[in-house]
Amino acid sequence: METLSFEFPAGQPPTGRALVGCVGSGDLEVLLEPGIAGTLTIQVQTSVNGAEQRWRHLFERIFQEQTPPALNIDIHDFGATPGVVRLRLEQGFEEIGHD
Amino acid sequence: MTDLLTKHSFVELGARQRTQALLDAGTYRELIDPFQRVMSPWLSRQGVVPQADDGVVIAKGSVEGLPVVIAAIEGNFQGGSLGEVGGAKIAGALELAAEDNRNGIPTRAVLLLETGGVRLQEANLGLAAIADIHAAIVDLRQYQPVIGVVAGSVGCFGGMSIAAGLCSYLVVTREARLGLNGPQVIEQEAGLDEYDSRDRPFIWSLTGGEQRFNSGLADRYVADDVAQIQQTVSALLLQGVPQQQRSRRAEFYLARLAELDATPQIEPATVRALYQGERP
Repeated sequence: METLSFEFPAGQPPTGRALVGCVGSGDLEVLLEPGIAGTLTIQVQTSVNGAEQRWRHLFERIFQEQTPPALNIDIHDFGATPGVVRLRLEQGFEEIGHD
Repeated sequence: MTDLLTKHSFVELGARQRTQALLDAGTYRELIDPFQRVMSPWLSRQGVVPQADDGVVIAKGSVEGLPVVIAAIEGNFQGGSLGEVGGAKIAGALELAAEDNRNGIPTRAVLLLETGGVRLQEANLGLAAIADIHAAIVDLRQYQPVIGVVAGSVGCFGGMSIAAGLCSYLVVTREARLGLNGPQVIEQEAGLDEYDSRDRPFIWSLTGGEQRFNSGLADRYVADDVAQIQQTVSALLLQGVPQQQRSRRAEFYLARLAELDATPQIEPATVRALYQGERP
């Protein structure tokens, strides 16, 4: 198990928070809470060791396309593939938008 | 096909969604929600990723206007196992519900059980919490019904199968399984010839929801359908406490077991015939 931290430039914080997913096989839990304007922080606790580069590349690719809102994101990962991680993050962003 | 389009599966819902589906719209209020981060302090130290709610959702709200607390176990996290935190959340919720009743608030409880029992990584702390849950069910059920629901697909095993047995009413689906020991444990102890844990029809024929209902060990047998489970739980909540708790009928079950000839391999029909004689 490994704990990783990331920081990315972001826009304004949203008002709501959201929880998506579950720490089940091949899945992950994502908690999204409003952060400080301009900054997105991500803490990842993952069962898979040595995957820091993969997480970094995945986040960079997602946030390149669109500036994310300012959030503190907590991820509890149980071996999710990059595709699943991306889907869960997008689901989380969408749910935050609904509040 | 039409069934697939009109029915909403309860089994496929997570613990939080199941809880929301049972409570009256707009009344859902979660206690110790995941954003409070009351997590297991033991899992990370053993290299296991924890979950923000420790796999247990506690929510208050109403069903048909009646005050209800629901405790739901998330079967996808660590097999629904109960550790120190998750177990304490359930025990605490039940203890507060009993306290409510002593203060004139008729809070009822619903337990959504998807669990392999105690979380081995937390050993005695999980076992102690499960004992607290047992005591709290026995306390609360004197005032108001405690309803257990085993929907599947994890089932309900170990110390929590005793909790299911202590409930005022137990609701099961065909997907459900209920047993003190899980199939692999029995296979390991009894041998492959007697109990093949990979033989799914065989396992369900002995411990599945239909068999448990037909043996009188569960009170309602329902389809895996949100609306049907919601209606069944509401009706049981309205029904009040049963005349006699199943767990108080030990004499009846002991007498029946004394008649059993355990020499031949026990068939599902043998168990039904043994128990179904005088269903309450």
